[in-house]
Amino acid sequence: MAVKTAPQSHEQASDPSSLVIRFGPDEPLKLEAGIDLAPFQIAYQTYGELNDAHSNAVLVCHALTGDQHVANTHPVTGKPGWWDALIGPGKIVDTNRFFVICTNVVGGCLGSTGPASTNPSTGRPYGLDLPVITIRDMVRAQAMVIDHLGIDRLFCVIGGSMGGMQVLEWAASYPERVFSALPIATGARHTSQNIAFHEVGRQAVMADPEWCAGRYLEAGKRPEKGLAVARMAAHITYLSEAALHRKFGRNLQDRERLTFGFDADFQIESYLRHQGMTFVDRFDANSYLYMTRAMDYFDLAADHGGRLAEAFRGTTTRFCLISFTSDWLFPTEESRRVVHALNAAGASVSFVEIETDKGHDAFLLDEPEFHGAVRGFITAAARDRGILEA
Amino acid sequence: MNGTGSRVDFQLIADMIAPRARVLDVGCGEGELLELLRDDRQVDGRGIEISQEGVNRCVARGLSVIQGDADHDLRYYPDRGFDYVILSQTIQATRNPKTVLEELLRIGDKVVVSFPNFGHARLRLSLLFRGRMPVTRDLPYSWYDTPNIHFCTIRDFMLLCDEVGATVEKAIALDGTGHEIALSMPWWFWNLFGQQAVFLLRR
Repeated sequence: MAVKTAPQSHEQASDPSSLVIRFGPDEPLKLEAGIDLAPFQIAYQTYGELNDAHSNAVLVCHALTGDQHVANTHPVTGKPGWWDALIGPGKIVDTNRFFVICTNVVGGCLGSTGPASTNPSTGRPYGLDLPVITIRDMVRAQAMVIDHLGIDRLFCVIGGSMGGMQVLEWAASYPERVFSALPIATGARHTSQNIAFHEVGRQAVMADPEWCAGRYLEAGKRPEKGLAVARMAAHITYLSEAALHRKFGRNLQDRERLTFGFDADFQIESYLRHQGMTFVDRFDANSYLYMTRAMDYFDLAADHGGRLAEAFRGTTTRFCLISFTSDWLFPTEESRRVVHALNAAGASVSFVEIETDKGHDAFLLDEPEFHGAVRGFITAAARDRGILEA
Repeated sequence: MNGTGSRVDFQLIADMIAPRARVLDVGCGEGELLELLRDDRQVDGRGIEISQEGVNRCVARGLSVIQGDADHDLRYYPDRGFDYVILSQTIQATRNPKTVLEELLRIGDKVVVSFPNFGHARLRLSLLFRGRMPVTRDLPYSWYDTPNIHFCTIRDFMLLCDEVGATVEKAIALDGTGHEIALSMPWWFWNLFGQQAVFLLRR
């Protein structure tokens, strides 16, 4: 069998089409696992200009399989940025007014140090030798980037899903550095069901013989099938039954009748297979293991003596949480837990649940009520921060 | 807010709130009162509102408002977390007015409650002569589709205050033309001719 060419994503891992900050041996990332990661690098994109007061910086945190290409054409897929609907000139997060930063998280595979990066002590890819990365580690690395850019206080930290976890961690770890926080479709912990789905995905990757115990890059192989199955299973959790049925129903794929076989008879099967196949072109399988683990380990209350309110004690950050009615991955109840904790901590908090049948992925889609809430919150906060005219 | 029309109570409520106080408005609608309090009294205001549209309007006004409902979400607020808690034209729409009132007295040092007086003469006459549940400009709903499930009279509300151990610091009733009823008038007069009532309570 011929050795497969490395996917484009692997080139991006070492030599990204992004800005990169390299932190030397003297600036290690102190990981929660108890290990200093050094040297390491963070790839990031920026949009707009930092103002003279350095008061207009917005940090966008990406989700599990997202990356730093939030508002530009993706270098691998050629698709628009994943939050193109929200961010750009004249848009809700207006890059004519704000300086928008999005970093690839540490552990990722689009240019920040991750399992596909070369381990300087062996000269080989890290693979599973990279310590487990946590949400707090991701945020700590982002803080180092923000320091590097000369920004003391972010005007806003915004993100959905795993990005929302980072927003909450930012607010808890660096309250004085966050003027406003927008955690969307997220929670302060991963539930048992969430961990369960992630475990299915990881087992699918690791069951693929081409995974080679995590050493597939050196073996010239790719655990495509396992990663694709992981993505297919996860993708279902991002949607809702209503949205799936509306879009696909029981429609057949390019055929008049059932084939009485195991080909993709149904459109939904074909759709999921496509989702799985395109995903493996842009994402590293080991990185998927690390990202899912980071989310599983996240439990903000546990980090603060079991009381979530303690994480936000004395905070002056203003919060706006948004959830979606049909999101069963991060149901509204998870957002409400955070809201109640913020109330108990006396924080300034807004919360709105958006009525939609589009499931968890609604935060990436064109949902007018959702965008209206984001616009209102950001505009009012910008006025109070003195970025916009009153 | 439950479509009780006239909001003549807003200015009366605002006059009861000390400047720069911490205020929680339960059932804050689209945030008009919170905005008035923020702009005129420089209060640090928070709100709870049941409708998504209401919350969105509030957020767009730069107010801190959460989607929630008085019957379920007040329990998450700490004791004495606010200087004032306001329940404006909302008590008649709660499932458990007594529990809600007790929660308000726990959360706020002072509590402001405004409500339409169901003991008003016009409503009494309507029931007496038409034999039907009153539908008026201020209370425009039919009995079967109204959010207002627990109407009370001024007298009823005072008895509830007694029952939960609340002290009435101040009470104002407005007649049909929006004028205050003179303090010298007896309670039965208030109960008959007051269309709107505003109470300032404390534990």
